[in-house]
Amino acid sequence: MQTEKIIEDTVVKLLQLAAVQLPPDVKAAIKRAYREETNETGKIQLEAIVKNIELAEKANTPICQDTGVIIFYVKVGAQAKGLDKIETALINATRRATKEGSLRPNAVDPFTQKNTGDNTGRFIPYINWEITKGDTVEITAFPKGGGSENVCTLGMLTPSEGVNGLKKFVVDSVIKAGAMPCPPTILGVAVGGGADIVMRLAKAALLRPLDQPNPNPELAQLEKELYEAANSTGIGPMGLGGKFTVLGVKVDYAHRHPASYPVAVAFQCWAARRATARIHPDGEVEYLTHKVR
Amino acid sequence: MAVFKLRTPISEGDVRKLKLNDIIFLTGTIVTARDAAHKKALEQFNRGKFLPVNLQGLAVFHCGPIVKKEDDKWVVVSAGPTTSRRMEKFEDEFIKAFKVRMIIGKGGMGKKTTDAMKKYGAVYAAVTGGAGVLAAKAIKNVKEVEWLRDLGMAEALWIFEVEEFGPMIVAIDSHGNNLFEELKKKAEENRPKIYEKLSV
Repeated sequence: MQTEKIIEDTVVKLLQLAAVQLPPDVKAAIKRAYREETNETGKIQLEAIVKNIELAEKANTPICQDTGVIIFYVKVGAQAKGLDKIETALINATRRATKEGSLRPNAVDPFTQKNTGDNTGRFIPYINWEITKGDTVEITAFPKGGGSENVCTLGMLTPSEGVNGLKKFVVDSVIKAGAMPCPPTILGVAVGGGADIVMRLAKAALLRPLDQPNPNPELAQLEKELYEAANSTGIGPMGLGGKFTVLGVKVDYAHRHPASYPVAVAFQCWAARRATARIHPDGEVEYLTHKVR
Repeated sequence: MAVFKLRTPISEGDVRKLKLNDIIFLTGTIVTARDAAHKKALEQFNRGKFLPVNLQGLAVFHCGPIVKKEDDKWVVVSAGPTTSRRMEKFEDEFIKAFKVRMIIGKGGMGKKTTDAMKKYGAVYAAVTGGAGVLAAKAIKNVKEVEWLRDLGMAEALWIFEVEEFGPMIVAIDSHGNNLFEELKKKAEENRPKIYEKLSV
């Protein structure tokens, strides 16, 4: 089979999997929150979420009617073949998955307000490229819901505010977001680089599974502190009160300009959908986030 | 927090009994309306025209569902709530004009809506965001759809017959109380303590 066809078929599958089945780390975190939530109203929300996840899997229907804007993270091995075909394959796969009913059409022209009807348009699906060693192609489908996207924040802090300023900015962002991003959320937090770099790092930090702590022990400690801080706000599941406002916090950073201290917070709703597959040169497809028969 | 099983048409008496954090399961008719439908409905009302459905005593659901047609019959695939804040600028007039008793959504609403609910007797019921399959399960029948051609699937008025739709949480009652605002205030009050714990 041709590379393009293998990629397209795999990505259609990834989009379906992402829309219908949460990855195991997210499911486990939600179940733990359900067990440990002490606020009655918050617990009812988490119970509905747990039930909904099971129903969606059983009926093979999207977990949430907002199947988001389609984003891909692609790691291409420098020795992989057919690199020029990947973009077309991703776009075609997005069209097909929409047509087959896995995705709600969510690509709207910002000037004419017209919905293209197939989740494609200028720069959409959005593709993040990374060149790696080797000969495989690893693709992550990352459908991103609108409700949580609407409360993402960027703060161009001053260097004198430093890490303390970062911590305050995260707490303030969580309080300001309140019920809007469908909590319990996952926070991607980044610092450094520049305005665009920090936002990109914050969103990409959401790709790291919840059960994988930060490899940098100091950042792991910062993640823990921010997790506890966010969960002391009392906002709770769906903003109706409780201790689980977030399921996890993921931190990343880049070195910064001496004059800048950019901080970004990317919010991810509880329906933290992502699906990854690695495609080998012989056409073998390895699914990394989901069990596929 | 008490559990209420309500039926439409909902009376003012039913609504006035409800308090924050009460749990509701609703049976009867609910009608979806998002930004475009709110706008269109009020424009029609102000021109003296009737709506295609009488909303008195019914529940309005902030929802843009995924609906498919099977053998000429509409089937709801997923119908979770959308963010209610976008309807804040319409809702007080909407409640006054159409005498709806319940607004269903997520994320809460503001002061204008809270005041209108107190004045005219209505509540805001929060349903779990993202739980679109669970919500769809309680929708037993699509009775009608209005303004579909004009507004599209997400914005149309879908008239659903539901059975024990819920659990919904009373998050704005008809006495001027707003759970989201209370929690937000509490979070603001917690802020100095959280800062302190972070040593910032």
